Amino acid sequence: MSSAANPDSPAAASAQPDRRRGHMRLFLGMAAGVGKTYRMLLEGHAEQEAGRDVVIGLLETHGRPATARLAEGLPMVPRVRVSYRQAELEEMDLQAILRRAPELCLVDELAHTNAPGLEHVKRYEDVEDILAAGIDVLSTLNVQHLESLNDRITELSGIRVRETIPDAILGRADEVVLIDITPEALLDRLRAGNVYPLERIDAALNNFFRIENLAALREIALRQVAEEIGAKRLTTELVGSREESLASDAAGAVGERLLALVEPYPGAQRLVRRAWRSAQRLGADLDLLWVRGPGQTLSDDHQRSLAALQQLASVLGATMLVEESDDVTAKVAEVASRRGSTYIVIGRSRPARGVARLRVPLAQRLMEQLPGVDVRIVADRSQRHGSEKP
Amino acid sequence: MSVYTIVIVAASGILLGIAAGYWLPPHGRLPSRSRPRPVRRILLPFTGQAISRRSFEAAVRLAKAENAIIMPAFLARVPMTLPLDTPLPVQCATGMPLLEAVEQRVASQGVPVESRIGRGRSARDALHRLLDAEHFDRIIVSADEDPHAGLSYEDLRWLLERAPGEILILRPAPDDDRRISAVGLTGHF
Repeated sequence: MSSAANPDSPAAASAQPDRRRGHMRLFLGMAAGVGKTYRMLLEGHAEQEAGRDVVIGLLETHGRPATARLAEGLPMVPRVRVSYRQAELEEMDLQAILRRAPELCLVDELAHTNAPGLEHVKRYEDVEDILAAGIDVLSTLNVQHLESLNDRITELSGIRVRETIPDAILGRADEVVLIDITPEALLDRLRAGNVYPLERIDAALNNFFRIENLAALREIALRQVAEEIGAKRLTTELVGSREESLASDAAGAVGERLLALVEPYPGAQRLVRRAWRSAQRLGADLDLLWVRGPGQTLSDDHQRSLAALQQLASVLGATMLVEESDDVTAKVAEVASRRGSTYIVIGRSRPARGVARLRVPLAQRLMEQLPGVDVRIVADRSQRHGSEKP
Repeated sequence: MSVYTIVIVAASGILLGIAAGYWLPPHGRLPSRSRPRPVRRILLPFTGQAISRRSFEAAVRLAKAENAIIMPAFLARVPMTLPLDTPLPVQCATGMPLLEAVEQRVASQGVPVESRIGRGRSARDALHRLLDAEHFDRIIVSADEDPHAGLSYEDLRWLLERAPGEILILRPAPDDDRRISAVGLTGHF
């Protein structure tokens, strides 16, 4: 993809140096109460002491006295009042911030949805305008608000987060700072009344703020930031140093993609589970491919196994592909190339008989046809010597 | 001995070797296709992070006696806020290792095994859908599941009243709380 086609690419940004875009530092956390706003205010004070013109564009203290105290000394742009369904709502005043034109603006809760009637639907769109005006921004975000993680977090916690932002916003931040504390420490803060008012503590502990939820959210936040750093590092290394087209190649190279070859036999489920686990560890997408012989008919058993494989693929979030060909190697190579696979996962072949023994093994044929793609053969652990017996 | 005789003997030997190579797989074992096929299917559903050792052992004993295939099934629950066909990676992170552990243990007993995964709004709904999709001759469940995590007593009653096939519900023994979990799984799955 060229930078012209993608105005959000770093290459495109660097191609328009005439108007300086503001610099955004985003404080990312696993949940409310980890200290994102507190850290944002601390950095605001540090910048002010360094002589910069700093204002608070929007602050949500959630009734936390320590946060309110920390905000003292930083000028605050008054909020704008909006009437909506016979209620008066207070929102960030974008126009007032743009008129005030500070060097640095602090904007809490980036994923917030604005009241109807304002310039933009979402606060991150307001922030885009602030950045476009050359104002630097410090902002905060919880990981569950990222669009791509929304379903996963709903499954985890049973709570659907309504306010989401596109993942690209995280990618556009110049710096992402992870505010991390252990789940135990966060629960201690919650119980001490430092996160929510006393009347909301029990409900929070019984719903979202369970230790298993927090542990999983923490892992998601850590992974997200790690991926972000990895992607940025590769892009930064390439942009400007060689042809800009390499930047788009780099983005492709960051993402791993696994292709597991399956057949509708019982052992295929084990292979799919292994492939899925590897995909999870790599943060990669998983495709399953069955190369079906032309006109091949399936017995009832095989049809049941195929349906079970499709169900497994669906639950795991993998894509099941069924292709017809009498040349397995060529078809796999074609699909791997089409899907951008970086790993091929195969099971142990059934013992060859007769002249088939003279054929080059599938793994070797794949390695010859797909240079640069890893090929992994999954063993049957139950056959391993010394495996645990019941 | 004439040259023709030598050629005929050598050619016969080569043909015999090719025929043996064709019919016999390596190591002289009969191909698995020629073994008697299991006909009965035993479903072993579970929902949590471990299953009762008693249920597992009962399933293995019955499978051996009846030449049956054991079908461990992980029942995944889809929150009402999500579409029914949504991927469930968080639940799979606990369910898949347990499926692997059960498969490894069953296979090490020489019993055929084929896993399943059921998905529904509740454990009962997932089991219901699984039973609608496939026929099972026997269903083995343990009554010692945590009612908040697995099949409740209401679910077991439903199973007895509505599910096809033979149902075997194992009452927990007070002195036997052994369970099979993914802990100690041979290698990563």
